[in-house]
Amino acid sequence: MKDTTLVVAGMATLAAGTYAIRFAGPALRTRITFPPRAEKLLEAAAVILLAALVATTALTEGHRFSGLARPVGVLVGGVLAWRKAPFLVVVLAAAASTAVLRLLGVP
Amino acid sequence: MSSIRRTLEGSVRRDIALTCLAVLFIGLSYGAIAVASGLPLWLPMVQSVFVVAGASEFLFIGIVAAGGNPLAAALAGLLVNARHLPYGLALPPDVTGRGWRRIFGTHLMNDETVVFTLAQPDYPRKRAAYSLCGLGVLVAWSGGATGGALIGSVVRDTNAFGLDAMFPAVILALIVPALRDRATLRAAVAGAVIALAAAPFLPAGLPVLLALAAVLLLIREHPAREHPGRERPAP
Repeated sequence: MKDTTLVVAGMATLAAGTYAIRFAGPALRTRITFPPRAEKLLEAAAVILLAALVATTALTEGHRFSGLARPVGVLVGGVLAWRKAPFLVVVLAAAASTAVLRLLGVP
Repeated sequence: MSSIRRTLEGSVRRDIALTCLAVLFIGLSYGAIAVASGLPLWLPMVQSVFVVAGASEFLFIGIVAAGGNPLAAALAGLLVNARHLPYGLALPPDVTGRGWRRIFGTHLMNDETVVFTLAQPDYPRKRAAYSLCGLGVLVAWSGGATGGALIGSVVRDTNAFGLDAMFPAVILALIVPALRDRATLRAAVAGAVIALAAAPFLPAGLPVLLALAAVLLLIREHPAREHPGRERPAP
C-alpha cells in the first residue's frame, strides 16, 4: 500500500457515497412513484449485478482462473440454496467443500 | 429490544440470528483476506463499521491490494452499492426511521435486512425486523471483520479453510429466490457470462458493470408478456 492518505480518501468516498445512496431511496419514495415496470427492471438490474459478482468472485483471481476448488464450493452452496437449505448451511457447506477439495490437492 | 421480542415471531428472530452468524463468518473471511493480501489491520475494521456493504468492501480491498487507485476502487464499490437505491424505493416509507432516527436507521440498510423486512406481513413487524436485522448485521459484520483481521495476521493461508468461497455463496443464496423467475435467471446468466468473458481483459469492477447490458434482454421481453394483445381495442 503506497499512500495511506489516498486509501483513507477512498474509504471515506465509499462510505459517504454508500450512505447517500441508502438515504436517497426512502427520501425519493415519498416524492415520486416509479412505474411498476421500471421498478421491476431496477430490481432485475440489481440481481444481474450480484450474479455477475458471484461469477467473477467464484471463478477468477485477478485476471486468471481461480482453480476448481472455489467454484465447486460455491456451486455446492448454490444447489443447497436452490433446495431451500438454511442460509448458514449453504455458507458453511460452500466453505467446507472448497477446504476439502484443497486438502485433496485440487487447486 | 423487549418490544422487538413481542412484535416478531420466534422463528423470524431465529432466522435473523442465523443470518447474522453467517455474516459474522463472512466478516471473518473479509478481515482475514484483507490482512493476508497485505493491507493494514485497521482498514477492514474501520471500513466494516462505516460502509457495511460486503460486496463493495471485498471489491475495494481487492483493487487496492492489487495496486489499483483507491478512488477508482471507491467508485467501483459505489457502483456495486447502487442497488441500495432500488432497495430504499422498495421499502415502506419511514421503515428506516422518522426524523433524527433516520440518520442512523439509514446506515442499517443492507441485502439481508431488506430481504427480512420485505418478508414481514405488516408495518410494525417490518419496522422491528429492519431494526433487529440491521443492528445484528452491523455488529456481526464489523465484529467478524475485526476478528478476521486479527486471525489473518496470525494464520498464513486463509484459503485453506475455504473462506474465499463464502462470499460468492452468500450472495448466490440471497439472489436464488429472484432467480426462480425464468426471465430474470436468463438475464442473470447472460450477465455472468458477459462479466466472465471480460474479466481477463478489464480492470476489477468493470466486468461486473458490463454485465448490466443483460438488462436489455428483459427490456425486450417484458412488454410482450405484460401487454397481451387483447388489451388493445379491436379496430
